[in-house]
Amino acid sequence: MSAAPSTAQLLPGAGAFAITVGAAVAFGAVPLLGSDYLMDAVLTPFLALALAAVGLNLLTGYAGQVSLGSAAFLAVGAYATYNLHLRLPQLPLLVDLVLAGLIAAAIGIVFGLPSLRLRGFYLAVSTLAAQFFVQWALTKFGWFSNDNPSGVIDAPVLSVAGFTFTSPAERYVFSLSVVVVATVLTQRLLRAQSGRNFIAVRDHELAAKVIGVPLLRTKLLAFGASSFLIGIAGALWAFAYLRTVEPAGFNLDRSFQILFIIIIGGLASLRGAFLGAAFIVVFPLLLSRAGAALLGGVFDSGVLEMSQRIVVGVLIIAFLIAEPRGLIALWDRLWRAVARPAAIRNT
Amino acid sequence: MIKSRYLRFAFAAAVASVLATASAARADEQFFPLQSYRVGPYAAGGTGFFGGFIDYLNLINIRDGGVNGVKLTWDEGETQYEVERGVEVYERLKGRPGVAAWNPLSVGIAYAMIDRITKDKVPLITINHGRTDSTDGRVFPYVFPLLLNPYSETSGIVNYIASREGGVDRLKDKKIVVLYHGSPYGKETIPIYKLLADKYQFSLEQIEVPHPGNEQQSQWLSIRRAKPDYVVLRGWGVMNPVALKTAQKVGFPADHIIGNVWSNSEEDVIPAGDAAKGYIAITTQASGEQYPVLQEVIKTVYGAGKGNLDDKKRIGSVYHNLGIVNGILNVEAIRIAQAKFGKRTLTGDEVRWGFEHLQLDPARVEALGAKDLFHSINVTWDNHEGDGRVTFQQWDGGKWKVVSGWIAPDWAFLRPIIEKSAAAYAKEHGIKVRSSGDDPVSN
Repeated sequence: MSAAPSTAQLLPGAGAFAITVGAAVAFGAVPLLGSDYLMDAVLTPFLALALAAVGLNLLTGYAGQVSLGSAAFLAVGAYATYNLHLRLPQLPLLVDLVLAGLIAAAIGIVFGLPSLRLRGFYLAVSTLAAQFFVQWALTKFGWFSNDNPSGVIDAPVLSVAGFTFTSPAERYVFSLSVVVVATVLTQRLLRAQSGRNFIAVRDHELAAKVIGVPLLRTKLLAFGASSFLIGIAGALWAFAYLRTVEPAGFNLDRSFQILFIIIIGGLASLRGAFLGAAFIVVFPLLLSRAGAALLGGVFDSGVLEMSQRIVVGVLIIAFLIAEPRGLIALWDRLWRAVARPAAIRNT
Repeated sequence: MIKSRYLRFAFAAAVASVLATASAARADEQFFPLQSYRVGPYAAGGTGFFGGFIDYLNLINIRDGGVNGVKLTWDEGETQYEVERGVEVYERLKGRPGVAAWNPLSVGIAYAMIDRITKDKVPLITINHGRTDSTDGRVFPYVFPLLLNPYSETSGIVNYIASREGGVDRLKDKKIVVLYHGSPYGKETIPIYKLLADKYQFSLEQIEVPHPGNEQQSQWLSIRRAKPDYVVLRGWGVMNPVALKTAQKVGFPADHIIGNVWSNSEEDVIPAGDAAKGYIAITTQASGEQYPVLQEVIKTVYGAGKGNLDDKKRIGSVYHNLGIVNGILNVEAIRIAQAKFGKRTLTGDEVRWGFEHLQLDPARVEALGAKDLFHSINVTWDNHEGDGRVTFQQWDGGKWKVVSGWIAPDWAFLRPIIEKSAAAYAKEHGIKVRSSGDDPVSN
């Protein structure tokens, strides 16, 4: 996947400029000008799912370990943040968040152990155990939800150093900051030796072992780092977005959703995780709005919803046939078409 | 740059659609945003409930020209019973002018909305379900678990069993098994059954059925060994018919199984076929279409071709009638609020005042054409449930038949538990507890 030339290579100097503009738009213009709907219903869930997809992409896309347990680690992150906040109120929220990520990482490593013996579909099935076990444990033991009679917990107010994040725009900025920091750290991890080890293990496990890549450490690092990111994404999903947590919200469907995001976005690409998340979150919304506006008077919402599912499904199939490497490959191709003539002209 | 152009296009499309929808409403309309679910595993409940609700709103519009001339409008957003879709629909529709109240009929969505509606000052109605402690209006000014919260349901079921046995003192040494769905919903009433067992000295066993509940052989074998006098079925979805069929297999009589409010619909019994004959379930609203208000819906709304249910056989079913009753309560709250604030489009906070004064005695219920459909309601600023009565109906193989009078749960016994829980919530969230109905609502 490294064949595609990056933006920086094509347009020297444009990379830094693009980042500055992007940051100004994301941190400045969007929260100032965007509507509550855009922030609360579109961008915040997009960010949380994108971070989860970055986490899964690390494990599946880079290190080649298939996992169907992502939703379990989302749940661990959400519940761990809640309990840390509740039981150790003296800790600041950001510390809670990091600790919750570490707890998710620890559980991820435990469920990653079978990866030493199992591969492919067999490993995927064994990660299902995480999915079912975590959901069962969170429902079974009332302690996790502070013995709340209905088992559904309310989110604490997000506050960092005395500043509270309550409005949709503030919660969006909070999520965005967390996601940006986590993504940058992930990129550092992938560019270091550990990232090359991941790819070596994915491409040829035996060869990797022969040239001295420590398999045990590499695989467990992949599981740990991936679960760490997904755990933080879970905390964002629960506290910045929904502001309530229930175990049923972290079911197998959610795990599949995250897997689809990275497949559609493009495996082994961080940008792919974001594109895939945008597609999965935003596209059905646009389609549903368009459907309701055009045909709302003719059919009831149930019929519309079903036809949207069919449209999304067909599009996904069509698109994976046209470009099996996902949205990111399509994107890069578009970029080349636009940027290369410009680059040639500049030289 | 392509990226920004795409983004700009997406933003523009999103913003434009919000604006387009916002400009559609006119003065003197009261808007109901509906987070309905017509697709997915709970579609049977969603189509019935929202169908009934819309049918009643249509009846008011067609027959009366709205509430005192204020037309009722609504728009649906499909949630599939999923919390994040419910939140999306909330954010999409909350900006419409004249939002009266939210009626999600989903515990998960309701929980996610509590902070949001409190901030936006619009009532949230969770008829027959929802968060039990939101009954305490001192702490939850905008949340209304109308007619029946889960604790009252528990108490109502135990009182019904007592009435069948000939009084609460006869409960002593009886044995009751509660078969509950392995979910937060299913587990919510565990402590209340324990409390009632201590109070009335009956022996109690609570058995969990893991979600989704399509295999219950071992649970029913335990029940057979325990030889209980009654089994309370606290089920959900496919768990209900499977429970009834398995009960028949192990020879437990259906007329000693009592279902709760989420185990009381046609969809719960018809798949069980013969095994459901004789099964009894609690309800706040009787089923059937013999009530005058239902007759008017059939004549006026379905007669004009504006009925919401595709299958007319479902008129008068449990969920459809729940939707009708929900419609009556919402419309009457608006009418009561209009009497105070004027016959115009009301704000969410004014509608809240209406709900806090929603007092319909049996005479008023009869005037509304709903005698025997539901009993009465008496909501006050600090009691947001409103002392709803329950009744019990038995499935005869083709339809539900009412087999009890209107039974009152033991509200006085439950209130301190509710207040304790609400106080804990207030403390956790730094909410100032209101000391009278006229207190300005702060959050």
